Amino acid sequence: MKETTVRDALREALREEMKRDKTVFLLGEDIGRHWGGAFGVTKGLAEEFGDERVRDTPISESAIIGVGVGAAITDMRPVAEIMFGDLSALAMDQICNQAAKIRYMFGGQVKVPLVIRTPFGAGVNIASHHSQSLEAWFMHTPGLYVAVPSTPYDAKGLLKTAIRGDNPVFFVEHKLLYPVKGMIPEEDYTVPFGVADVKREGEDVTIFATLYMVDKALAAAEKLKKEGVSAEVVDPRTLSPLDKSTILKSVKKTGRIVIVTEDCKTGGVSAEIAAIVAEEALDYLDAPIKRVAEPDTPIPFSPPLEQFVIPDEKSIIKAVKETVH
Amino acid sequence: MVEKTKLIEMYRLMLQIRFFEEKVFELYGKNLVPGTIHLYAGEEAVAVGVCANLRRDDYITSTHRGHGHCIAKGADLGKVMAEILGKKTGYCKGKGGSMHIADFSMGMLGATAVVGAGIPVAAGAGLSTKLRGTDQVVACFFGEGASNQGTFHEGVNMAAIWRLPVVFVCENNLYAMGTRQSLVMTIENIADRAVAYGIPGVTVDGNDILAVYEAASKAVNRARRGLGPTLIECKTYRQKGHSRFDPAAYRPKNEVEEWLKRDPIPRFKSKLIEMSALTEEEDEELRREAAAAVEGAVKFAMESPFPEPEEALEDVYVQEESVSGR
Repeated sequence: MKETTVRDALREALREEMKRDKTVFLLGEDIGRHWGGAFGVTKGLAEEFGDERVRDTPISESAIIGVGVGAAITDMRPVAEIMFGDLSALAMDQICNQAAKIRYMFGGQVKVPLVIRTPFGAGVNIASHHSQSLEAWFMHTPGLYVAVPSTPYDAKGLLKTAIRGDNPVFFVEHKLLYPVKGMIPEEDYTVPFGVADVKREGEDVTIFATLYMVDKALAAAEKLKKEGVSAEVVDPRTLSPLDKSTILKSVKKTGRIVIVTEDCKTGGVSAEIAAIVAEEALDYLDAPIKRVAEPDTPIPFSPPLEQFVIPDEKSIIKAVKETVH
Repeated sequence: MVEKTKLIEMYRLMLQIRFFEEKVFELYGKNLVPGTIHLYAGEEAVAVGVCANLRRDDYITSTHRGHGHCIAKGADLGKVMAEILGKKTGYCKGKGGSMHIADFSMGMLGATAVVGAGIPVAAGAGLSTKLRGTDQVVACFFGEGASNQGTFHEGVNMAAIWRLPVVFVCENNLYAMGTRQSLVMTIENIADRAVAYGIPGVTVDGNDILAVYEAASKAVNRARRGLGPTLIECKTYRQKGHSRFDPAAYRPKNEVEEWLKRDPIPRFKSKLIEMSALTEEEDEELRREAAAAVEGAVKFAMESPFPEPEEALEDVYVQEESVSGR
């Protein structure tokens, strides 16, 4: 095992898969040798694999994804980067009407092995157009898979699975996780889709969390332990497919669930998880389902405003206490 | 000079498309076609003139008005008709219908019903051939309306900067649904837009198949030699309305009459007879064959079963071992 950051783990996945399979190539804005990606994920890859396979593009999100789709349906494995997740809105037709639907619409004739990497998440004071968490949009789109890694281990393993797979994957990265460290194996490994990871075992309450909220949930669980509450933290790792059985198993054990996500509450990821628990495990619940999510606002700029809307340890602990008592 | 056999093959394909579309029109008059239909009748010279320059392993992308593109690229008439009727034996097993026919076995990368969405996809297929080091070419069909989409700008620009082997074929039939071109652009020739991307742009009479063929021939050769994309604008006209229930009352009567006089099929026939490449008897025989092929397709489609309702749940994802929970 070795220690690495999410950023480096992602780069390793890209590098290893590009070495392994020459049909893998990258495209996106400023991902090449002059910048190496806005968050540095692709730094050094253009030098190693050349400008043809690490391809800087014009500022044309729709064509970045459209070109990715065209290449994916003609025997290539493109990995497209959208610099900020909010900008995926510019490419929604290509993501949701083309990449996601092509296989189905054409009766299963073709596969679309396209990976779309993009960072979501607030907390770095860059306001509404660079901070939102929109994973629910893509979870709501049949035909796409949605990966939401929270650790270097998951980031590398899930990205490898995404690149090797034959389905289009919307691969979410969280800006604040890029420098976060963790252990990964020296040797090649993958993380399967649709298999949740219990990041911490506990008995009294299940905390479902994704992306950066996993760190906050773990920190909250640690504090709760001191107050005699044993919290189990379940990280789905992919929202589509969703490992319902691990979530339900945990809820059936603890009888309580607090769902923590960074997207806004209405129609969000937390709503889907709550619905599943209500549909399939209601009789096991000892308390109402609780959701900790962002309020229904765009992400504001000023630090006190921004910090107010992002779920934090305190809000998680408060929700857990309301559930447990 | 194009060989005689090739000319006759092009003429045959034009007849095939026309007869096919007339039959589709007749079938939906009898309520046998679910949904809507966008007929290609009147625009045959474009698809056939372009595809006559393509190899089987070359690619095309198509639009909501796509039956003609499929047939010109070599699609099986029965499977096209079956798809239009929503049958299990259709190209897409009844999941796509008239607006979404694809045949990946012969480079037909599918029709998109989102106007302009196929343009970046075509550029992507072009990038793929370049990265794989093949000399395949992509022909991208779209209408003049699509040239107002952002995807046109983004896709053509990307193809231009990377010198991708794509031939952008704009079928300018003057109307984006009911909106006349002059209401939505100040220019008359879409080909003028090529200047903005530093690529060749040519305007041709899209109802003159030899003019389309020549322009496409140059563009395809250019693309195959790695010299980059070309924008070809083909001025043409759809003989029917935009879609199923459209009587096209927004088109002046004299305009329709003028364009009907320029019907690409009789024009090509006269030319072929003038060139002594075709006789009236041969023409009749070709028409009989085209009609028989359409009848065969209809029979196949009509006799084919509808899909089982539960098949609606299939083909969303490729099934993979690395994925559980599905």
